[in-house]
Amino acid sequence: MTASPRPGPGEGAPPAYRGPTAGVEDEPHGDPVPPPHRGPARLRPRWLVAGVVAVVVTALAGLALGPVRLAPAGVAAELLNLMPGVHLDSGLTERETAIVTQLRLPRVVLGLLVGAMLALSGGCYQGVFRNPLADPYLLGAAAGAGLGATVAIALRGGAGGDATASLPTTVPIAAFLGALTAVALTYGLGAAGGRDRTPATLILAGVAVTSFLTAGQTYLLQRNVQTIREVYSWILGRLATDGWHDVLMLLPYAVATAAVVLLHGRRLDVLAVGDEEAAGLGVHPQRSRLLLVVVASLGTAAAVAVSGLIAFVGIIVPHTVRLLAGASYRVVLPLSMLFGAAFLTLCDLAARTAVAPAEIPIGVVTAFFGAPFFILVLRTTRRVPV
Amino acid sequence: MTAALSIVDLHVALGGAPVLRGVDLEVAAGEWVTVIGPNGAGKSTLVRAVGGVLPHTGSIAILGTPAARLRRRERARLVAAVMQSPVIPGGMAVLDYVLLGRTPYIPPLGRESATDVAVVREVLDRLQLTRFAGRELATLSGGERQRVFLARALAQGAPLLLLDEPTSALDIGHQQDVLELVDGLRRSDGLTVLATMHDLSLAGEYADRLVLLAEGRVAATGPPRQVLTEELLARYYRARVRVVDGGQGPLVVPVRPVGPA
Repeated sequence: MTASPRPGPGEGAPPAYRGPTAGVEDEPHGDPVPPPHRGPARLRPRWLVAGVVAVVVTALAGLALGPVRLAPAGVAAELLNLMPGVHLDSGLTERETAIVTQLRLPRVVLGLLVGAMLALSGGCYQGVFRNPLADPYLLGAAAGAGLGATVAIALRGGAGGDATASLPTTVPIAAFLGALTAVALTYGLGAAGGRDRTPATLILAGVAVTSFLTAGQTYLLQRNVQTIREVYSWILGRLATDGWHDVLMLLPYAVATAAVVLLHGRRLDVLAVGDEEAAGLGVHPQRSRLLLVVVASLGTAAAVAVSGLIAFVGIIVPHTVRLLAGASYRVVLPLSMLFGAAFLTLCDLAARTAVAPAEIPIGVVTAFFGAPFFILVLRTTRRVPV
Repeated sequence: MTAALSIVDLHVALGGAPVLRGVDLEVAAGEWVTVIGPNGAGKSTLVRAVGGVLPHTGSIAILGTPAARLRRRERARLVAAVMQSPVIPGGMAVLDYVLLGRTPYIPPLGRESATDVAVVREVLDRLQLTRFAGRELATLSGGERQRVFLARALAQGAPLLLLDEPTSALDIGHQQDVLELVDGLRRSDGLTVLATMHDLSLAGEYADRLVLLAEGRVAATGPPRQVLTEELLARYYRARVRVVDGGQGPLVVPVRPVGPA
C-alpha cells in the first residue's frame, strides 16, 4: 500500500463539514506555532548508538575473555579479517585466531541472537497482552519446550543410547515442537470463548496449559530419574555450541520474527489503548494479536530450542528500555533487541568465566541479576502503570 | 439531505441476553442527540454498536452507507468515539496519544506523516492542550484527560462524534466546560453528536433532541421539553422529580418522597 492518496480527515463528510483541520492539509509546513516542547515518540539516535555500542563492546568482551585472555584490539582486527578484502595484522597467533573464530565466535553470535529474540518477544508479548508481567513463556512455550526436551531425553535414555552423541538435533527439535504446540493449545483454548476473548482469557489459558504440561514433565521425570541431571541442565539454559549449527538453526526464525515484530511497533502502541478503542481507530486487535503471538512464539521456540529455558531476559530488558528510553513500542522493540543481545552475551561471559573451568548455567546468572531488578520494576510500575 | 446516522430495527445481545430489542433512530447531520434512560436500558450498548464494536442485527447506516459495507478503517474516518473511562496507557505522552487518532489515515505498517502531526498540533491548540503535549497522560486531572480523549476523537476527523457519558467523571464546572467545548466544535465544524448522559438537566440543555431508552426500546423521543416530563421520568426511572423551566431547557430536580415524620 502506498501513502500517496492519503485522504483528508473531512473526506466523505457532508459539505457543511469542514473538519478540525481545514487548511492544514494544504499547507502542512506553514505552521506559525512556536517550537513544541517535544516531537512524537520515536527512537532517538543516541539510544540507537548506545544499543549498538553495547552489542559491540559485549561481543568483543565475549570474544577476548576466557581461559585464554586476548587483546580486544587483536580480536576486533581478526573479526574485520573475516570480511572479504580485509587483511589486518591482528597480532594473534594462529591458535588464538582459531579460538576466536571457531570456538568463541559461534557462541557469542548465538548469545546475541538468543538474547535479542527473548527480549524482543518479551517486549512484544507485554504489548500484545497489555501486561507488564508478560514474558515470552507466558502462553506455555517454556512448559511445552520442557516437556518436549524431557520426552526426547527420556526416550533416548530408555533406549540405552549415549544421550549426547547419538542425535544432537533431537532435543532442540522436540523442544521447538513442544513450545509451538503449547502456544497453539493455549491460543485454541483461550480463543474458544469466541469474540469475547480478552488478553486475560489467553493469559489464564496459558496458566492452565503450563500447569498441565509441567505436570506431565514432572511425572515423566519421576519415571526416568536417571535423566534428571541432563533435563535440569537443559532447563537452566546453556549456550554451549559445537560450531555454527545452532546459529544456523535459529537465524531464519530470528530474522523473520524481528522483521514482523519491528514493523508492528506503532500497531502495538495503538493496541495499548484497549481492544475496543483500537477497533474504533480502524484496526483489528485480535488479528494483530494472533499474528504477533505467532511470530514472537516462533522466535521464542527457536531460541529455547538451542539454548534451553533462560529466564528473566524477556522481562527485565524491555522494562529497562521502557523506563530509560520511553514507553512507545517503536522505541522499546528495537532497543530491547540490542540490549537483550548485549545482556545475554554479558551473562554468558559471567557464566563461563566466574568459576572456570566449570560453567554456571546461564539461566542462573540471568535470574540472579533479574530477580532484584524485578523488584525495582514493580516499584516503578506502581507509579506509572504500564 | 442524507442523515448522518440511520438505525433501523437494531437488536444487540450481550452474553446471550437481549439488550437492545428493535431500536430505530435517525440523526440529522449537524444535530446533537442525547440518549437517556435508566441504568441497564442499553444506552452504552447503542453507542458501542454504532461505534462498530458489537455484533448486532438490524441496520446501521452512516452518512447513507450501510455500516456493514464499510471496512473498519473507512468507518473510523466517519465515526469517532469517546467511550466511558478509556484505558490510560502508561508512559504515553498526550501528543502521542492524540496522534493515535490519526491511525485510520496511516498505512497499516506505516508511520505518521508531517500532515498527521500538523493536524494533531492544531487540535491540541484548539482544545488548549498544547502546554500538555509532552506530559504523560496518566499525570493529568480528570477534566484534562477528558479533553485529551476528545482531542484524539477530533484528530480522527470524523463527522460523527459518539460520546458515552462524557461528563460522568467530572465536577459540575468541568461538565459544563466539556459540553460547551463539544457544542462549539459541533457548530464550527458541522459535527454530528450522539451522546449518552445520566444528568438529565445537562442532557436537556445541550441536546437538540433526547431519546429515552427503556428496556432496550425507544420509549420516547423529541425535543427536551417533550421528553423530560414528570410523568415520563416517573414511569421509566421510577423517580420522583419536579421539572422546572430553565432558560436553556427543562431542569430536573429530584424530590425526596415524604416519609414518616
